[in-house]
Amino acid sequence: MINHIKCDKLKEIVVNEEISYTLIRNEENNLNIVKAENLTFEYIRRDEEGNVESINKAIDNVNIDIKEGDFVAVLGHNGSGKSTFAKHLNALVSPTEGSVWVDRMNTLEHENTLRIRQTAGMVFQNPDNQIICTLVDEEVGFGPENIGVPEDEIWERVEKSLKAVGMYDFRLANPTKLSGGQKQRVAIAGIVAMKPKCIVLDEPTAMLDPNGRKEVIEVLHELNKKENVTIILITHYMEEVIDADEVYVMNEGKLVMQGKPRDIFSQVEKLKELRLDVPQVTELAHELRKEGLDIKEGILTTKELITELERIRGLKNVNNSR
Amino acid sequence: MIRDITIGQYYQTNSVIHSLDPRVKLMGTLIFIISLFLGMNILVYIVATLALAGLIIASKVPFKFIVRGLKAILILILISAAFNLFLTPGTVIFKVWKITITDRGLKTAIFMVIRLVYLIMGSSLMTLTTTPNNLTDGLEKGLSFLKYIKVPVHEIAMMMSIALRFIPILIDETDKIMRAQQARGADFETGNFIKRAKAMVPILVPLFISAFRRADDLAMAMEARCYHGSNGRTKMKPLKYSKKDYLAYLILILYIGICISLNIIF
Repeated sequence: MINHIKCDKLKEIVVNEEISYTLIRNEENNLNIVKAENLTFEYIRRDEEGNVESINKAIDNVNIDIKEGDFVAVLGHNGSGKSTFAKHLNALVSPTEGSVWVDRMNTLEHENTLRIRQTAGMVFQNPDNQIICTLVDEEVGFGPENIGVPEDEIWERVEKSLKAVGMYDFRLANPTKLSGGQKQRVAIAGIVAMKPKCIVLDEPTAMLDPNGRKEVIEVLHELNKKENVTIILITHYMEEVIDADEVYVMNEGKLVMQGKPRDIFSQVEKLKELRLDVPQVTELAHELRKEGLDIKEGILTTKELITELERIRGLKNVNNSR
Repeated sequence: MIRDITIGQYYQTNSVIHSLDPRVKLMGTLIFIISLFLGMNILVYIVATLALAGLIIASKVPFKFIVRGLKAILILILISAAFNLFLTPGTVIFKVWKITITDRGLKTAIFMVIRLVYLIMGSSLMTLTTTPNNLTDGLEKGLSFLKYIKVPVHEIAMMMSIALRFIPILIDETDKIMRAQQARGADFETGNFIKRAKAMVPILVPLFISAFRRADDLAMAMEARCYHGSNGRTKMKPLKYSKKDYLAYLILILYIGICISLNIIF
């Protein structure tokens, strides 16, 4: 599905991008970086004669609006359609019904494909399977090479993005020799070097140890704050989600919950029905509450729980002294 | 055990030969091979020996690494020497039972052995002084004229470099699968050759499946990073000729000139 776009056309696009972008901005102020409308996607399984054997709805009528500059998390257990949703944002698959717009470009129009992939970079789950080159700096330069960035600028971008993820000292290393967390940071740098407005990460921490997981999530928050890059993090680790601006929960292809992390995690029972775990602290608070302690719902961090417990103890002391 | 296999036999030193453009080295190897097959002139071979010795010294690669490549083709060398030695017609100089050795046979056999040995040493020297990636880059740029006759040069070079990158990963994978099967009682080490070869089949199936899965993932990751062939693609580290590369070309022309003229004159 490689699109052959003429070289000069690509350059023209890059030059015009700035202009058209400002025009669009003026037209509409509340610009959403990602918008999915009635998005449906079906995996069709065929037998040997090509007859349809079964249709599996991976995504079922999903509507999502993601604001520019947000840190958004998409949750769901295996087979909930969250990875398929991520692929839509990068025009790697086309919707069966409905449509997806990335930075106001429809993913169905093929002439948009390259620009969409440049706007919404994507990081995958397995760090080994997405590294293409044998040196870290070449790996980061691969994306800019593909979009036709001149040589000097590639070097600038590579340096800048490696520094942004804290991997500049490893620029001459062989990526296969790095740890999982470092590999994913290199993969993120490779996307950052393409100057995307939005980074989609499809379970980037699923194959990492807790340390690597922390490294990656910290880098993402930093990019989000410093460079104002929209982050769309697809995951099933709840601890990674608590600092997000907005959380979406998917189940069997449908969007079932949406809201701030605190609102989502106050509904412990509902999350459990969806076979999702809540952060350990939240679960502990929830259990204590069930046992009759007057703890508020939606505790997200250990610190919050401690303050809450201390408040209760304080209340008790007051009651006792009376 | 299987991890010890090294593919691509690059040997790092900071010599002039290492820093040459890969295209020069490829061209140099080609010219060296041509010079070996020009004819059976002893003077040409003396020049070739001097040139090869000079290059080996300049490359600072230990001699044993360069002759290591000969082991693999030792049998080939022996067979071709034997055929030339015993089956060439000419004046008989030695005869035992049905085996005859002629003067022409002896001469061709000696030259054949020298040719093969030099050929392997020359090309080993190239692979020892050039990283695999540099080599594919050099091939891509050096053969880029072929794209006018619709040969997908860039795509072939990309495939080569990806294949090189995946070799260690697939070796790791093989190792893992073997250990997983050994843990459940598979036996890869005893029995004759055929039995051991048969024991390898159950490794191949999971290995192929995982290789395809990896290829699929990689293709998607490449597409996600806007890869769309060589159209409109720039290079981060383009190959550029420097002064010493031009000088090397000059020496190459001089070398082949000397070889040809020696052949014609004597």
